[in-house]
Amino acid sequence: MTETLYQYTVPAAAHWSLRIRRGTTLRLTDVEGGANLGMMLYNPEDLLEKYNAPDTLKCQHTFKLTQGNCLYSDMGRIFCSITEDSFGWHDTVCGTANKAMVQKKWGEKNYQSAHNEWHQNGYDSFLVELAKYGLNGKDLASNLNLFSKVVVDNEGNLSLDAKHIKAGANISLRFEMDTLVILHTCPHPLNSEAAYPYKPVHCELMTTPPMPEDDYCLNFCPENRRGFENNRLYHFFR
Amino acid sequence: MIQESTLEAADAVFRQTVPAGDYFLKVIAAGQTLRILDLEGNQAADTLFYNANDVSERYSSMDTIREQGNIYLTAGSKLMSNLGNEMLVIVADTCGRHDTLGGACATESNSVRYDLEKRCMHACRDSWMLAIAEHEELGFTKRDITHNINFFMNVPVTAQGGLTFEDGISAPGKYVEMNAAMDVIVVISNCPQLNNPCNGYNPTPVEVLIWN
Ligand SMILES: [Zn+2]
Repeated sequence: MTETLYQYTVPAAAHWSLRIRRGTTLRLTDVEGGANLGMMLYNPEDLLEKYNAPDTLKCQHTFKLTQGNCLYSDMGRIFCSITEDSFGWHDTVCGTANKAMVQKKWGEKNYQSAHNEWHQNGYDSFLVELAKYGLNGKDLASNLNLFSKVVVDNEGNLSLDAKHIKAGANISLRFEMDTLVILHTCPHPLNSEAAYPYKPVHCELMTTPPMPEDDYCLNFCPENRRGFENNRLYHFFR
Repeated sequence: MIQESTLEAADAVFRQTVPAGDYFLKVIAAGQTLRILDLEGNQAADTLFYNANDVSERYSSMDTIREQGNIYLTAGSKLMSNLGNEMLVIVADTCGRHDTLGGACATESNSVRYDLEKRCMHACRDSWMLAIAEHEELGFTKRDITHNINFFMNVPVTAQGGLTFEDGISAPGKYVEMNAAMDVIVVISNCPQLNNPCNGYNPTPVEVLIWN
């Protein structure tokens, strides 16, 4: 039913961006286990429209992201749906580590001395990719941290569940509108490994069959049905 | 954490009531103390902060919760910028918990959260859009409107990863007070939300007080 269009393994400590067409699925795999994929989503036709973590969480009454959840823009529309997820709990509130945080945690290792084994940070990675589209730090908001499970206790304390790692874990994002995807493979800001973790992420772009009426994401909650209706309206008037 | 203030309202250098559905915009100088007072209880004050000397530096909910390792704000919480700097510190709080995960209401998200027909109901982001339009001197655009604090809102996360909007733990006369560590522009949308039971479908005014 689905056909693989393109595959690429994003190396560790790297960044990338691509425009993904509506009707395409992006399957991401944590090849070795312990990866973190930082991601931001923008509307390529209106770069002011971007992924909105608060709306995504409150529309679906959830703190974690997993199968069934849709990723919302600030305009009440759905960039993509999580159609499959073998990991189970992805973070979208912790943001991304900057240069100072990475240096403090793992020491400085710059490109001159370490080449691709440098201690690249997620914040600079985002800035580099954003600049290619005329965007900057003002356009950054809460990003996704795929393959990172962040939990909250009764008192509200946050922690990264470092034991929740699965080599081969994958998540499938079905794009519901054309989307500019900005991503990096730098460590999660709460990662406390002794050494800077170098973990690649495999990306596979696939065709997607039309969404059936009994689709899991569409019916996950009444809110998602309304989100899809907003998408329909958006595409109808284009 | 409940922490009473030592400041007297009579000594404030500035006082203004902000009706529900209106915005409030003002520069607070470093060292000044800002109090937001929930006059009638269970109101949400959706608040943004910017470095008054460089507005590209602004309040960041993700940096704040990550750096303090906790999702709730209360006395002792440091409000952090997107550049990792301390903007303000909460010095008094008689409510005990404030939210910074839930974001502001917008007409667009209201259409998803409540009903497609709610698209044209007044929302916090509309108040901010008006603030932007009426304060061209600041050079703000929609790009500058980012994730905010919801003072007086209670949005607990469960162990299973659920997010719930609980009845407010605020009440008439509860307040939160913060001390500015840098010159900041404060932008409040006093929430006009008519769809959320947590304010009894009755949005009410807040008062802003400032001390030197
Ligand atoms: Zn509101």
